[in-house]
Amino acid sequence: MQIYTRRRANNYLIVGLSLAATAFGILFLIFVLGTLLVNGIGALGPTLFTQATPPPGSAGGLINAIFGSLAMTAIATLVGTPTGILAGTFLAEYAHGSRLGEFVRFINDILLSAPSIIIGLFVYAILVVPMGHFSAWAGAVALAIIMIPVIVRTTEDMLNLVPSALREAAAALGAPKWKIVVMVTYRSAIQGMLTGVLLAIARISGETAPLLFTALNNQFWSADLNRPMANLPVVIFQFAMSPYADWQVLAWGGALLITAAILCLNISARLFASWSGLQK
Amino acid sequence: MTAEANMVAIAQRETRRRPAGGAGDMVFHGLTIFFALVVLMILGGVIVSLFYGAWPAFRKFGLGFVVGESWNPVTDNFGALAPIYGTLVTSLIAMLIGIPVAFGVALFITELCPTWLKRPLGTMIELLAAIPSIIYGIWGLFVLAPFIQEHVEPLLIDTLGNIPVIGLLFSGPPLGIGVLTAGFILSIMVLPFIASVMRDVFETVPALLKESAYGLGATTAEVVWHVVLPYARVGVIGGILLGLGRALGETMAVTFVIGNSHHVQASILQPGTTISAALANEFTEAVGDIYQSSLIALGFILFVITFIVLAAAKLMLIRLQKGAGASA
Repeated sequence: MQIYTRRRANNYLIVGLSLAATAFGILFLIFVLGTLLVNGIGALGPTLFTQATPPPGSAGGLINAIFGSLAMTAIATLVGTPTGILAGTFLAEYAHGSRLGEFVRFINDILLSAPSIIIGLFVYAILVVPMGHFSAWAGAVALAIIMIPVIVRTTEDMLNLVPSALREAAAALGAPKWKIVVMVTYRSAIQGMLTGVLLAIARISGETAPLLFTALNNQFWSADLNRPMANLPVVIFQFAMSPYADWQVLAWGGALLITAAILCLNISARLFASWSGLQK
Repeated sequence: MTAEANMVAIAQRETRRRPAGGAGDMVFHGLTIFFALVVLMILGGVIVSLFYGAWPAFRKFGLGFVVGESWNPVTDNFGALAPIYGTLVTSLIAMLIGIPVAFGVALFITELCPTWLKRPLGTMIELLAAIPSIIYGIWGLFVLAPFIQEHVEPLLIDTLGNIPVIGLLFSGPPLGIGVLTAGFILSIMVLPFIASVMRDVFETVPALLKESAYGLGATTAEVVWHVVLPYARVGVIGGILLGLGRALGETMAVTFVIGNSHHVQASILQPGTTISAALANEFTEAVGDIYQSSLIALGFILFVITFIVLAAAKLMLIRLQKGAGASA
């Protein structure tokens, strides 16, 4: 009877701890988001979207940083999406069991988790140093490099979900392989692939480290991609670390904006995936 | 499967003979190979460019770079010991807190919680990974650090700080900013990565095995300990290494709360620095070739460490996929 009691107590302990761990995780999610909401909501106002970042002590907004983030994310998406999709296509459609395929998949998974600040250093070395100055182009390239492994991964996974009977049916009709891939496989996996792109955009919108040495920052409005460009993450970093109260308020506002955008992207990607019948 | 593969192969061979599809196929196949090679070139480029940039520092300081503690831009004397030490210690703290919590979360989601709660709970934990690291940073600086300074650190100093040897870890004034705070934030950030891998591998455990154990009268805890964990061992270690890889390279959140001090100190309550934090703080302001080269050398070291950890994680997870984990 004593053994029985001990085992039962032990079981309750483990179950309780496991429950506590889950509560711990959820609690911090709510804690972080709650703090953001409380501190960020006060900074939201029309000036946030109409004025550029101010010098310390005066009012201003984040419009230059918002524009910079959108521009660099857009360019990175334009570069990263085709690259990632084609590389993912290679892995799913052409590389079955080949050495090259295994190797690319392995390297891609490492790049997926590689520190983003290292990517910043890399782009600094290959673009910023030869060009002689920081630029939005360099920032966009850094973001694209971070995006590519994410898209490669999701594209491959999604293409692998397409039943091979579909491919065989098309092949039996005499369609060449590229037509099978483009007109049959892509078409049946398109929702999943779009979900992957959305998740990749969400991933890069908050990236700060790779932009520090590439796009740098810009106090003023600038739409010149060849110059340093303001962007939300780096502005948040600088303003939050500064001793000025009004800068810190703007940092909270920017943080709320970025997080809201990313959570929207994430949740819509998930909804999108479940609507189209795909499990993440 | 082989029959299917044969059919596809035959169909492909047939289509390849047709000149009409041939050109298109070659172009498309070539394109996909090219972009697959781009992925490899990125990695190759990272290694070559970092090594090239780091070479002047490695040549000047030799092995002393890795073991030297001095970090002095004025005299151009640099050693990487403090950032390497900080990187390892913060990651260690993150793992000590993160692994048990992630295990609890994965256990709860796979074994304990009602089915309708699985999806929302899983999504919420995964959203922890979606929050960008700069947000953890700003939250850590303004919310967590003051809290730790006022409530956690005085408690640690008064209790653990009095124990002879261990006390050294908890000595000094409560600053809020420091290695412990950085490690704690990291633990929350790696939690979703470890938990999601653990959840996936727990779900690969055949229901038959678990039900047999339950049928013999085992409690949930015993089933997890004696059936699920041994079965999923390799995957669990892979997930932990994946989280470790993330923790080692995490930049912004750590930069906010670590205090950027290039000294190796025993106390985890004191400020320190990590490789990524040093890079984020100093790189754009680094004047002089040797200073910049030393920072790139730090980046190179970080890349080598994370590469090894992530490669090990990946190899373990591949082994699991191939079913080797099932024999355990």
